[in-house]
Amino acid sequence: MDRLDDLEAQSIFIFREAFARLRRISLLWSLGKDSNVMIWIARKAFFGRVPFPVLHVDTGKKFPEMYAFRDRFAAEWDLDLKIEPCPPIDAIDPTLPPAARSAARKTEGLKLALAKYRFDGLIAGIRRDEEPTRAKERVFSPRGLDGGWDVRDQPPEFWNYFNASPPPGAHLRIHPILHWSELDIWTYTRRERIPIIPLYLTRDGKRYRSLGDSDITFPVASNAGTIDDIVRELEATKIPERAGRAMDHEAEDAFERLRVTGYL
Amino acid sequence: MNMLVNDFAARADTASGERPLLRIVIVGHVDHGKSTLIGRLLHETGSLPDGKLESIKAISERRGVPFEWSFLLDALQTERDQGITLDTSQIHFRTAKRDVVLIDAPGHAEFLRNMITGAAQADAAVLVIDAAEGVREQTRRHCYLLHLLGITQVAVVINKMDRVDFDESRFRELETEMARHLASIELSTTTIIPVSARDGDGIARHRASIAWYTGPTVLQALDRFLPAKPLTDLPLAIPVQAVYKFDARRIVAGRLETGRISVGDDIVIMPRGTTARLQSIEAWPMSEDSQRPRSARAGQSIGLTLDRQVFVERGDVISTPAAPARKVRRLRARVFWLDEEPLTVGAAIGLRIGMAECRGTVSLIENAVDPGELAPDEASAIARNHVGEIEIALLQPIAADLYTANPRTGRLVLDLAGRIAGGGLILEVDDAPDRLKEPNRSTAADHAALETQCTRLNAGLIDLPPAKRLALFRKEIAGRLVFATSFGPEDQIILHLLVEQAIDVDIVTLDTGRLFPQTHELWAETERRYGRRIHAFYPQHDKLEALTERHGINGFYASREARLACCEVRKVAPLNRALAGAAGWIVGLRADQSQHRRGTALLSVDERNLFKLSPLLDWTRQAVLDFTAAHRIQTNPLHQQGFASIGCAPCTRAVAPGEPERAGRWWWESDEKKECGLHERPTPAKIPA
Repeated sequence: MDRLDDLEAQSIFIFREAFARLRRISLLWSLGKDSNVMIWIARKAFFGRVPFPVLHVDTGKKFPEMYAFRDRFAAEWDLDLKIEPCPPIDAIDPTLPPAARSAARKTEGLKLALAKYRFDGLIAGIRRDEEPTRAKERVFSPRGLDGGWDVRDQPPEFWNYFNASPPPGAHLRIHPILHWSELDIWTYTRRERIPIIPLYLTRDGKRYRSLGDSDITFPVASNAGTIDDIVRELEATKIPERAGRAMDHEAEDAFERLRVTGYL
Repeated sequence: MNMLVNDFAARADTASGERPLLRIVIVGHVDHGKSTLIGRLLHETGSLPDGKLESIKAISERRGVPFEWSFLLDALQTERDQGITLDTSQIHFRTAKRDVVLIDAPGHAEFLRNMITGAAQADAAVLVIDAAEGVREQTRRHCYLLHLLGITQVAVVINKMDRVDFDESRFRELETEMARHLASIELSTTTIIPVSARDGDGIARHRASIAWYTGPTVLQALDRFLPAKPLTDLPLAIPVQAVYKFDARRIVAGRLETGRISVGDDIVIMPRGTTARLQSIEAWPMSEDSQRPRSARAGQSIGLTLDRQVFVERGDVISTPAAPARKVRRLRARVFWLDEEPLTVGAAIGLRIGMAECRGTVSLIENAVDPGELAPDEASAIARNHVGEIEIALLQPIAADLYTANPRTGRLVLDLAGRIAGGGLILEVDDAPDRLKEPNRSTAADHAALETQCTRLNAGLIDLPPAKRLALFRKEIAGRLVFATSFGPEDQIILHLLVEQAIDVDIVTLDTGRLFPQTHELWAETERRYGRRIHAFYPQHDKLEALTERHGINGFYASREARLACCEVRKVAPLNRALAGAAGWIVGLRADQSQHRRGTALLSVDERNLFKLSPLLDWTRQAVLDFTAAHRIQTNPLHQQGFASIGCAPCTRAVAPGEPERAGRWWWESDEKKECGLHERPTPAKIPA
């Protein structure tokens, strides 16, 4: 087995654990490269079809290419897609810096979707190498009744034994690709020929490395026009992946605050 | 973490996605310099993103604190405020040979669960020790846990050599102490490195200050570690995660923990011991049959189909018949304990081995110790963050192995109310021999030997209360024991005593197909109350069809022969299946139930050559009623309507006051021996062919 096989086997294992141990789970589809890899692996884990709903918490501010991608592949992959809106910006904590406040709409939209469907498990495509607080995550990560993350009281998790008994009313976040790197995602996408949104490829000397809301996500300088180019670029870069995500950089702890209240 | 890439050595040709990945955990006592070592490693190898160091320095200045290398890693506000790592962090970086994930584990005792979470993912460990402070309690505790977690590659870094003026004799002193300590806990290392992480001395190169040292630098030591290999050479073990029926296929899903498997291989499903053959390995995407995988090996998550419809469920282990996982009822393990409340003898806990989950009772605790102090604990409890050896009696058999035989199926996790509270390695197991392998006890010599043992045991049983009789029976008789309940009040008491004491016995019942609805309700209620399944044995359909064909649906009223034939098909044959391969069984007989039963002993050897224990033999009906009332044990509501002994609905009626207890069974027959053949065989009835 090579490294990608190894990563894939572990992710399949995690998907099957979530499906076996929880009653109502849903996969968070942000339409980005990571959640597309997740859907692909879920189809491998369950032999072709994702046997639970796929949730898109829609801020209404995604790029048009993202909506086109969603509508096409939801049908092509036979997904049970649930689209849930987010509350307006006025309803969000005004003490957050502007971009973080905008990003927090997604957290609130997620809370509404959780209340609506009463999911006990949400599958999210975060990775440890993306961002320092995500590096501290568990694979099965309990959330409080308010949806919050208590990083000081995370249960032990070892040998692939997961804590999968959320208290009534609370939910778990399940992170099947937590152990992947950005480069792994791209080499796997290339190997498996998983479709991607064209925004990841260069246009006029710039490309998006990470996709979010169109008003708080910025492209980076790049000439990468193919996945091969992206892989070569990543092997040489020293610029972090989320450099183009404004909410991470407004204040020292902006992203940590977002995560504690339930952001991904 | 978003720090990637370094250029300290020539880049290897292969793309990163195909390079091997090595996970290394950095452990050690709080403040001995783990985070500093990692920060310095990233800097020395050019792995920090541009501007990162400058921005951290600027932030430190703004906050009015001196710059520390560890600030590079502190992700959380609280970690930065307190200068302490709370939870495991992971940092990707790259050497010439491979990609490395450095796992920064917290050194504070408070966060041992986080250290374990991080260390359990690692292929190798670096243990950091402050040269001035020397070996401290977390140093020892982390060492011990590395051993329990199964990590065998360890490098020791003696840090802060600048604080002891790079003194060689101090280094040699610590080197000797660590080598001795590691050997005492079955770990070994040949790599003990003097460094000063703050100055970068000994990380990528050694400076003149440590000229007396000729061994590897930290980076060289990291490059000598090997990624953990998949355990392909051990016997096959696939813990079953689920059985899917998304379409016409019935796919058994699971991950090969060890071994390999090919289409056509014979397999055995443990703990039940069912055999089958591997028919196919299923996969997606697969456009044509020729792409279908033919074999799989350790590490892979697969789906498979079997050549026959056998019962298989989550928690089972698919093994090879040559070396199957063992069927375990009782085990001994060396464990670490993380819950605030100490683990004590008698505690009821959840146990997870692979996908199997089972409840059990801690029956013994020995060698409890604080691995930080190496001081033995008080007798029978394992305190938080301490280790010890425990014995657990399980409520149901599960598949497992000794850790020495299979490191994957030989380890377990303890949980309390769904939260992981400990884990450890299986040292000994008590096998309940597989039914098929049970030695055939049929010779006269066997019978005589059993009778002798029986006489001896009866002498010990006679003065004990029923609960202790059951415990002694379990202790003295090796092999599988069966309790066949018919949900009478005596049976309900026995079941209560068995579950209460977590005595390792298979609880079964015979569903004849003609039971009262009230009996089924009591059955369900009993399962609910005691949280365990009572396994049902049914008549074989072909025999039953032949019986009704010959005698009619209620033919048993017509003749004693027809009645016994019915009892044989509906009760005796299912019981024989329930007892197949058992060493003994437990029944609710009482001597005062009938003239005939008065002659039985507490323990006897039956015609099957099985030990048969009647723990309530000397109880009166009144004693039974008093006990059920006192312990709120549910009984069949039919007893309130005058039914004394309850069997099949057509063959049981209420009795009048003063009538013998079993007068309501087969009431139309006059024979005093109102038995069905479960306890004693009447004149054999001819069974329709």
